[in-house]
Amino acid sequence: MAADLVYALSELKEGEALEIVRKRLDAGEDPLLILDDARRAMGIVGKRFEEGTYFIPDLIYSGEILQAISEMVKPRMTKEAAGRKAGKVVLGTVKGDIHDIGKNIVAFMLDLNGFEVYDIGIDVPPEKFVEKIRETNAPVVALSGFLTLAFDAMKATVEAIENAGLRDKVKIIIGGGNMNEDIRKYAGADAYGVDAVAAVTFAEKVVASSR
Amino acid sequence: METTTKVQENLEAWCNPPIPFPTKDVERSYKERARRIADAILLKKPDRIPLMPMWEFFYAKYAGYTCEEVMYDAQKAEDSVIKTVTDLQPDGFQGPIFFMTGPVLEAYGSKDVLWPGHGLPVDQAHQFVEGEYMKANEYDAFLEDPSDFMLRYYLPRVSGNLKALATTTPMRENFAYFTTFGGWAGLGTPEGLEALDAIRNLSKASFEYASFLGSVIGKLVMMGFPPWHGSLTEAPFDVLGDTLRGTKGIMLDMYRQPDVLKEACEKTVNIMAQFTMNTARANGNHPIVFIPLHKGTAATRDGKGGFMSLKQFEEFYWPTLRKLMGILIENGFVPNLLCEGDFTSRLEIIRDVPPGTCIYHFEHIDMHKAKKVLGDRVCIRGCVPIHIMTLGTPDDVRKAAKEQIDILGEGGGYIMDTTMASEQVKPENMRALIEFTKEYGVYR
Repeated sequence: MAADLVYALSELKEGEALEIVRKRLDAGEDPLLILDDARRAMGIVGKRFEEGTYFIPDLIYSGEILQAISEMVKPRMTKEAAGRKAGKVVLGTVKGDIHDIGKNIVAFMLDLNGFEVYDIGIDVPPEKFVEKIRETNAPVVALSGFLTLAFDAMKATVEAIENAGLRDKVKIIIGGGNMNEDIRKYAGADAYGVDAVAAVTFAEKVVASSR
Repeated sequence: METTTKVQENLEAWCNPPIPFPTKDVERSYKERARRIADAILLKKPDRIPLMPMWEFFYAKYAGYTCEEVMYDAQKAEDSVIKTVTDLQPDGFQGPIFFMTGPVLEAYGSKDVLWPGHGLPVDQAHQFVEGEYMKANEYDAFLEDPSDFMLRYYLPRVSGNLKALATTTPMRENFAYFTTFGGWAGLGTPEGLEALDAIRNLSKASFEYASFLGSVIGKLVMMGFPPWHGSLTEAPFDVLGDTLRGTKGIMLDMYRQPDVLKEACEKTVNIMAQFTMNTARANGNHPIVFIPLHKGTAATRDGKGGFMSLKQFEEFYWPTLRKLMGILIENGFVPNLLCEGDFTSRLEIIRDVPPGTCIYHFEHIDMHKAKKVLGDRVCIRGCVPIHIMTLGTPDDVRKAAKEQIDILGEGGGYIMDTTMASEQVKPENMRALIEFTKEYGVYR
């Protein structure tokens, strides 16, 4: 039974996955075990995305199915499952840019991998990033941007973090389909990524090295 | 395969237009520029590599105006275009299709665009606000009567001022004698009458916008500069995905309702073909059609990431795009695909077009592979990276341009351009790109 859900969800078989969850809940199974299987399936999805056999539509679709599963499972849960939180990440699309799909996928992947994500939205001014970093003490900051104007906004955000005396308390990654080493240097970030997996890898490295 | 005759004829006519140029010199300059571009499209070696830079809001930056100014002030808008083109002298110039649309967007009460001064700083170009403007269960409504869908579903959702159109009855029901009164009564409410006023304002603003475009383009033609396109269209999948279903919506549709999605794409082919050809014919039968591609892309060279798999590209995205391209080619038009993202993994598929009929403009492409796979079929356009144009120096630009020319320019069939348009491009970098290409891009 357990393997069926992992298979169904990772293979994006929506109808089957939801039917399996329904049956398992009706059989009185512990909701946390169902969520564990769902997480395992999402791990496979993430790996396939990294390997280049799954793409953004697959991430979005699996996210939808997972959402539906969570909604079925939540009312049956007796207490909030704390879940192991791997670390905190402040995430947002920089000022002047309203693209959010990539950012949302990063938030989703980070959350999936146990991170506590503070997604502060789109068109975020540098001050708001600084504010959130101070408030949460997050060690990882992820700046999303797609347009050419984002390069300057990323640079301004890094500078604002520096001026606030917080630069050495965080590691900063810039992300978006157009990112490269030149832009990373220009913005003064620690790393760049062109997909959500890069964000997860970066966050894991930062948290591991601080332990 | 479609015949290439009409394309060749149309390009020839474009190079020899019955236009009363003011002087022989101007006539010669126009014809040289058009010929250069036409030869590149036909996979010949022109005298030198033609330049067709995607400019848009760069015009404003070059002339020292904000993006907002050129969206509202016709004189400043026109001045910026004429100054930039006459100073920098490209071969094909970009028609400023977003300039003077401020009044149009305001009359519309647009919810799906942010523009300078309206949701964005005055010196930043517009951005699109995607949404599910067509719900997942509304494909049947769209398929049954696309015009009705536009009027009563789509427009009320994206246009604040046309909300009341949602309360009218379908026009298709107004065929019998006394039912028409009932049909129009829906718009007789205070909100309905406001919507009719909005349509009046919108039509007036649109007419003024069209007149502005015609005037600017006409003036530059009479100075010897051909515009590089005369119409615009999208892949059917993008029409549905960009404006109607939104990215998330259409991605889910590929899994949840693939058949009706394909049916809607098929329906859109003819709608877009007619729209495009009518626009082109109204613009002097200009051969080149600008087709920006959005949702079919991979993100990286090896095909990783991106908005769909290769399989989904072959199943959902390419067939109806190819059909649309086929209709255009048969009628003598040149599809100019702007392949946003990375199309390296899709090269073998998009090679399937008649030789010398298309321009493929690339962004993050493997240039060697592109030239190898497409060199004998398609004119390649690009691909100086936009981040070098905005952040680099003229030396960086020249270095990048040389690399492009060495790999892509070999043997002809190549047009110089940047990978993207941006208002952040440094004027000295654009000047360097143009001057370098005119010098180094000569075919000896």
